[in-house]
Amino acid sequence: MASDSIALNVINQDTRPIGDRLHDWVVTVDHKKLGILYILYGLVFLIIGGIEATIMRIQLVVPHNHFVSPEVFNRMFTMHGTTMIFFVIMPILFGFGTYLIPLMIGTRDMAFPRLNAFSFWLTAFGGLLLYFSFIGGNGLYGAGNAPDVGWFAYAPLTSRAFSIGHSTDFWTLGLLVSGFGSIGTAVNFIATILCMRCPGMTLGKMPLLAWLYLIVGGMVILAISPLTAAQLMLSVDRYLGGHFFDTQAGGSAVLWMHFFWIFGHPEVYILVVPAFAFASEIIPVFSRKPIFGYPVMVAATVCIGFISFSVWAHHMFTVGMSSYGNTFFTVTTMIIAVPTGIKIFNWIGTMWGGKIQFKAPMLFCIGFLFQFLIAGLTGIMMAASPFDWQLGNSYFVVAHFHYVIVGGILFTVFGAFYYWFPKMSGRMYSETLAKWHFWLFLIGFHLTFDFMHIPGILGMPRRIYTYEPGRGWGIWNMIVSIGVVFQIAGILVFVFNLLQSLVKGEPAGGDPWDAWTLEWSTNSPPPEYNFARIPVVQSRRPLWDIKHPEDPDWKYE
Amino acid sequence: MRSAAITRTSIEPEWVLPSRGRVGMFSLIAAEAAVFTIFVVAYIFYVGKSVSGPTPKDVLELPIVGTVCLLSSSVTIHLAVRALRNSKLTVFGVWWFVTIVLGAIFLIGTGMEWRHLIFDDGVTVNTNLFGTTYYSLVGLHAFHVTVGLIVLILGMIFFLLGEIKPEHSQRAEIFSLYWHFVDVVWIVVFTVVYIVGR
Repeated sequence: MASDSIALNVINQDTRPIGDRLHDWVVTVDHKKLGILYILYGLVFLIIGGIEATIMRIQLVVPHNHFVSPEVFNRMFTMHGTTMIFFVIMPILFGFGTYLIPLMIGTRDMAFPRLNAFSFWLTAFGGLLLYFSFIGGNGLYGAGNAPDVGWFAYAPLTSRAFSIGHSTDFWTLGLLVSGFGSIGTAVNFIATILCMRCPGMTLGKMPLLAWLYLIVGGMVILAISPLTAAQLMLSVDRYLGGHFFDTQAGGSAVLWMHFFWIFGHPEVYILVVPAFAFASEIIPVFSRKPIFGYPVMVAATVCIGFISFSVWAHHMFTVGMSSYGNTFFTVTTMIIAVPTGIKIFNWIGTMWGGKIQFKAPMLFCIGFLFQFLIAGLTGIMMAASPFDWQLGNSYFVVAHFHYVIVGGILFTVFGAFYYWFPKMSGRMYSETLAKWHFWLFLIGFHLTFDFMHIPGILGMPRRIYTYEPGRGWGIWNMIVSIGVVFQIAGILVFVFNLLQSLVKGEPAGGDPWDAWTLEWSTNSPPPEYNFARIPVVQSRRPLWDIKHPEDPDWKYE
Repeated sequence: MRSAAITRTSIEPEWVLPSRGRVGMFSLIAAEAAVFTIFVVAYIFYVGKSVSGPTPKDVLELPIVGTVCLLSSSVTIHLAVRALRNSKLTVFGVWWFVTIVLGAIFLIGTGMEWRHLIFDDGVTVNTNLFGTTYYSLVGLHAFHVTVGLIVLILGMIFFLLGEIKPEHSQRAEIFSLYWHFVDVVWIVVFTVVYIVGR
């Protein structure tokens, strides 16, 4: 590898003073540095959002607990939801996209490097703005403190009469600012993927990750913008005395729900499609087989992209819609399960007959397959509107979407982290610790979220700060909270592994997994220019072609 | 061996990809279109739902002059870009300047309309739902015109400093896409606010 004409230099130790090196990171427009900044930023907020979740689980561990007040509990679930969606999962997924897309499509940077940096800093300051509410929303000494309106902030909770102080305004502004950042990143993804591919890489020869991020880019543009518009309207209501969501002046609280969920449901797919992308890169490499059904995978994702914009009101069955509305959204929600199911079959098809290597990235992806399947099945249950009338706004719903976001998305994010950590850092992680992380987190996840379905079925509503004994919820809440301990242990192992491997890990070399996409053809970590010479590809697995000139892929594609 | 297979020599046909500026601008326009769609939906949803007056029928008049100016500015910016592409710098400057004037007339028209509404008819954002939705939608569009005007004026300054050259024609063209989009949005806003909503 080192003798290769593409890989010119080995890991270069930066010996400049720490101030200069930090300055580099602040002013950088390099997609690799920005990608890592996104990921680190997301990891910091993962810890913060995790602490908020832990506070809620401590409060709910036994009936009539007094660990936190109802007001604080409201702030915790609002901040937990908002943080995890907008400032953990989105930045991490954007970070991987920013880091990987130029490398995978064989170019030297994103289409608009400065826009890339601008978008990152918007996202970063959006998060700071949200958290500034703890002191700036008239907190500490006045009414307000952090937002407590729930992550979907239904009217009229957000009206000035019910949300005193500036906490809701910080929520609005934080999401508005980071939303602009997301749109900028999405524009960049689309322009990069369409306009920067290396010679020979036609759309049909792109890695699936690039395809899926292209679709995500389109979805971000069409889904975040409605949120931006709705937040602008909310600001008009709160600052200029408008009446968009003011029912006393003829406005409509339900309109906010529609606007929010027109964003909110595609958002779920914005989060999960990159997770699909990671799985589609990791599973083939560790099954030692090319992805099964590449064109079908692309087509299914495009279908998901389109259908995801027609399912939003399944979040509103309990609000009361016409029977036509209920039927329509029930049907579309069930239809979207079809392309999703196709993808699961394709991943299994990829593993089928392969020489599976149970390394940490693969373990997380296998966990994802099982858990995402269950999450999809409970999703179909709740797509049936009568069933949803029974269980809507219960812990069953909470369990369902955590199964998607933690069991599906977070597991693949961890898988992606282990898979590309050698590329980003130049060092291998400890496989033993990674397996400890996997099993601890798996046990914790299932203790928490499997058993969370049950109090939901028994009628426990979400967002209550405490409950009375004798309803049969106590034991389940106890188990759910115990699971959190295992999850925290898993995360601690993860963080320890990360820090230790950064210092002491074995040098990884350019291609530790014997993988096939272009990012593995350069050094680890890649030089600033990525490729000394822009590569030329002939198939979907350019490195396979090079390693196996006697049997290259392009003969069959 | 690896480097041999992965270099440029093995590919014969020329490798052409779309312009990133155009793709980026079209993506941005898609995002903007989604924002405007939500505002237009809100406007239509609230037509006639105000619980108190005044109604659009009482106070709104058709802004014919502004509309004609804004729509013509799409033609003039097109002529400016075409002149730049053909290296006719003076012609470019003239049409670019006319575009600025037309856009400014539109904005002044909006300003006078708002002044009339606020001081003579007493319609503000918090008067009723009509006021809320009207100022938001028209204001959002006027904001986009303002942003466009700022870029146009910057272009004019560069032109007067002699910094604009024919090789910048693609950038001018990409900006003109935005300006055309703002015009198209005005057609929608005009239809919704001044025709359907009245």
